[in-house]
Amino acid sequence: MAEISIPQPAQPSSSAPLRYWRAARRYPLIPIFIMLVVLVIPAIFADVVAPHSHRVGSLSNRLVPPAWVDAEGEGIFAKPGGTWVHPFGTDEQGRDILSRIIHGARVSLIVAVVSILLAGITGTTLGLIAGYFGGNIDHLIMRLVDIALSIPAILLALVLAVALGPSFQTVIIVIVSIFWSRYARLVRGEALRLKSQDFVARAKVAGASNTRIIARHIFPNVTNTIIVLATLEIGQVILLEATLSFLGAGLPKPTPAWGLMVASGRGLIVTSWWVAAFPGLAIVLAVLSMNLMGDWLRDKLDPKLRNL
Amino acid sequence: MQRFIMIRGFHALIALLAVSIIIFSLARLSGDPLDTMLDIDATEEDEARLRAYWGLDQPLHVQYFRYLGNVVTGNMGESIRWQGQDAMGLLLQRLPATLELAFFSLIVSVIMALPIGVIVAVKKDTGIDVAGKIFALFGQSMPSFALGLLLMWIFAVQLGWLPTSGRGSFFFDVGHPEKLILPAIALGYFQVAAIMRLTRSSMLEVLDTEYVKLARIKGISETKVIWKHCLRNAMTAPLTYFGLILGGFMTGSVVTETIFTFPGIGLLAIDAVRAKDFQVIQTVVVFFAGIYIVANLLVDILYAYMDPRIRYA
Repeated sequence: MAEISIPQPAQPSSSAPLRYWRAARRYPLIPIFIMLVVLVIPAIFADVVAPHSHRVGSLSNRLVPPAWVDAEGEGIFAKPGGTWVHPFGTDEQGRDILSRIIHGARVSLIVAVVSILLAGITGTTLGLIAGYFGGNIDHLIMRLVDIALSIPAILLALVLAVALGPSFQTVIIVIVSIFWSRYARLVRGEALRLKSQDFVARAKVAGASNTRIIARHIFPNVTNTIIVLATLEIGQVILLEATLSFLGAGLPKPTPAWGLMVASGRGLIVTSWWVAAFPGLAIVLAVLSMNLMGDWLRDKLDPKLRNL
Repeated sequence: MQRFIMIRGFHALIALLAVSIIIFSLARLSGDPLDTMLDIDATEEDEARLRAYWGLDQPLHVQYFRYLGNVVTGNMGESIRWQGQDAMGLLLQRLPATLELAFFSLIVSVIMALPIGVIVAVKKDTGIDVAGKIFALFGQSMPSFALGLLLMWIFAVQLGWLPTSGRGSFFFDVGHPEKLILPAIALGYFQVAAIMRLTRSSMLEVLDTEYVKLARIKGISETKVIWKHCLRNAMTAPLTYFGLILGGFMTGSVVTETIFTFPGIGLLAIDAVRAKDFQVIQTVVVFFAGIYIVANLLVDILYAYMDPRIRYA
């Protein structure tokens, strides 16, 4: 006799942990985790988390390999193995690479946040003005946008690096002067669309000034767009800053910038791969997590930006 | 259409002027050029004479127009780092190497991106599609210098198949064409993700059209439908993306040439940055920006030619 199994209806589980798990699954956990571990926590707690100083190393300890690399060779050709004192090894000046990566997260995040904020404020203000008032001011601002978009960022950075010298300010100037235009263009389009809507007309009838309409009625409707764009751009800014620093046109030595660390490991790649590899990996993970976060936020807040 | 071309041409001209103004003001910001020219024991008379000779006693706008005239005639001044050499001449010397590298990396990126884009579109929403997405995501997240170093480490250091640096050439009398392979891959991959995504989306559009259905009904083999009927029509979108690709190549050539010590224009720019050689760096930037702006103008005109709606926007 065949046994008949009756499918049990799934129990509507209401236990607390499961509910939390379901709620959590709606968020991009892996990107958030990577972002926290690679970028945010090291950036905020760099002084506490970093096992060694990021500035001072001992030359007798230079080019120690990562912890899991065994010693090899004999006599004068002997290469020492790694120890857990320096998990990712040390660089050519004997500085702990892990500690420098941790401090590098702070550098990357500060550059990204400051320049995105400045670019966002400039671009949004100009975009709102252009879109709301239209006419000649709109033409002027959109011409500026075209110009900003037509100058390749790296080239501008190279000229600035020679003219002003590589510094934190130079990097910020380069990034802001390229990235503001994207906000301006996007926000202008939105403002153009919003200003012909009923609630703006009613605010006008009620006697609201232009400034008030822009600030209280139009701006709140573009904040989602701005947030999505900003998140998507943080990754790009980190990438640009790293590239500039790598080329010697970004942050100056001895800042623990990831791009600079890869640059100093470039010549050592045959003998000591780890000097360039770990900072490079940090860049990839940080940018990857920010890109994923941006994609998720876009789908969540502003699906019409698919093509961004 | 003529009106559109004129307006866009005018905009391109304004952009070019803006670039020249930016560079001119940066040149002045970076310090008095006479400081580097005068001897220590120069008198004030010498200084005045030299200032008059170089036109530095003229008002700024006169200086600017004189500078603009020099730019238009290709007279960009003498290099500081490479004594006695004309900056424009230096650039032209390096141009063939960079052009050849750009050519091969374009081939690399098209060879990689088009087939992947097509396959990913055909296998939409399967594991292959997801893998393609991850591939594109990594392409966008990986700095090109890290990729260059990774390639160098794998193929030059570990496997020892290819050389790590130096100029190689197929077309010119330099020899060592194998030296082009790694730089071309590193530079080409930079564009793969973008071209792949474009190919995918335009393929998806084409796969959905009536004439593709008709081709299938007629019993044409699936391979032929996809690779001949669809790809031909889907290719226009990625091809008109040329302007952005070109911008990417410029950025990329600076980075890639630095990593592989490939003596093209990009390496020239970086060497000039390190030596604080303003004459050379401004020559490179004006040259690249000019190409970029003109290429974008041509792409815009091409777009408008193909899609009349744009002309009235």
